[in-house]
Amino acid sequence: MPSLKDLRNRIGSVKKTQKITSAMKMVAAAKLRRAQEQAEAARPYAERMERVLGSLAESLQGRDGAPPLLAGTGRDQTVLLVVMTSDRGLCGGFNSSIVRRARALIRELQKKGKTIKILCVGRKGRDQLRRDYGALIVETIDEVGRPVLTYEDARRVRSRIMELFEAGEFDMCTLLYNEFRSAISQIVTELQLIPFAVAPTEEEEAQPAASEGASAVYEFEPDEEEILADLLPRNVSVQIFRALLESNASEQGARMTAMDNATRNAGEMIDKLTLNYNRSRQAQITKELIEIISGAEAV
Amino acid sequence: MADYPEKVDFELVAPERLLVSRTVDMVVVPGSEGDFGVLPGHTPLISSVRAGVIDVYDENTVDERIFVSGGFAEVTGERCTVLAPEAVPVSEIDRGEVEARIKRAREDIEDAADAAERSAAEDRLRLAEAMLAHAP
Repeated sequence: MPSLKDLRNRIGSVKKTQKITSAMKMVAAAKLRRAQEQAEAARPYAERMERVLGSLAESLQGRDGAPPLLAGTGRDQTVLLVVMTSDRGLCGGFNSSIVRRARALIRELQKKGKTIKILCVGRKGRDQLRRDYGALIVETIDEVGRPVLTYEDARRVRSRIMELFEAGEFDMCTLLYNEFRSAISQIVTELQLIPFAVAPTEEEEAQPAASEGASAVYEFEPDEEEILADLLPRNVSVQIFRALLESNASEQGARMTAMDNATRNAGEMIDKLTLNYNRSRQAQITKELIEIISGAEAV
Repeated sequence: MADYPEKVDFELVAPERLLVSRTVDMVVVPGSEGDFGVLPGHTPLISSVRAGVIDVYDENTVDERIFVSGGFAEVTGERCTVLAPEAVPVSEIDRGEVEARIKRAREDIEDAADAAERSAAEDRLRLAEAMLAHAP
């Protein structure tokens, strides 16, 4: 049976924790709103980029001498995994769900005899992956998006990936990040970055025949190859930027939810402890009264 | 040509956000092979864009002038989409700030440790100079 003083102390400490978690929730909510706006604002660029690139890739299909970013290196032996996590913890299952997926993916690819290399964006992913796959981690990029995520951050990640690619360090590159759905749901997404995979757009799926005719007649200025050579690296950074934004919004969403839960749990705990405290206080008063009364009777 | 609309949907998109989205009479884009005007019913075209000014024509006047640092334009009969890494309305270019950028870029060129750094700084210098040429 803890003493009254112990109980009082515990209530005090839980209350302080609750204050911290509710402040963190508030901060995350404010950051989330900004991150969400940013992610939504960046969507048009990425979408249009994909559309242009899609029609370009289509008109170049089957031609020799396509740049390696589009056609790949011709092998698929070495895979670079870019794992996007946060720098800070206390955001629920945000980081562990990414890491879990990364582990599953690594196991699967290793079974096929592929060589894996890992590039961590964010400290938390590195910390968790280091235990099992420390030897595979090529590099960690942290402090991304501090204080505000900009296109520069994406360029930083891009230039590291491109350096590795040009040095022939890997053949394929896959991004692994949390896609933002809502504050309570984030979806772990895999995106093949290199070589460029033409994703069928919704329009094309709906009416494949019509779009084939429409996209085949583009004129190019200068020519296809030159535009493609310029566009592909840009596309890489745009995709990275989008992934970073999604990941950032997801992180804040996950943190907000986690901190909301923590605040609620702390509230419940305070209620329980207060009840306990009052009970023991009354028990003690009763005990003291009995002592006084029986003492008076004895006289 | 009858089935083409009378106006062009013009969109200017930067990585961070959609900057302009409106219906206009004509857009003149500084293509890498020369400026080209986009009227309704233009041939589908994908062109790279050099640093320069996009003129937006509406109601027979130049309605808006926007400086872009480069990028791409996608043109179809109905719309013209420009993807630009950086875009500023010409009226908002700050001469002093651009001059400071030129100075910084020049310093960076001198301090550059390797070829990659130097060429990045040179790109910045060219961009800032192009911007200055169009400053009000």
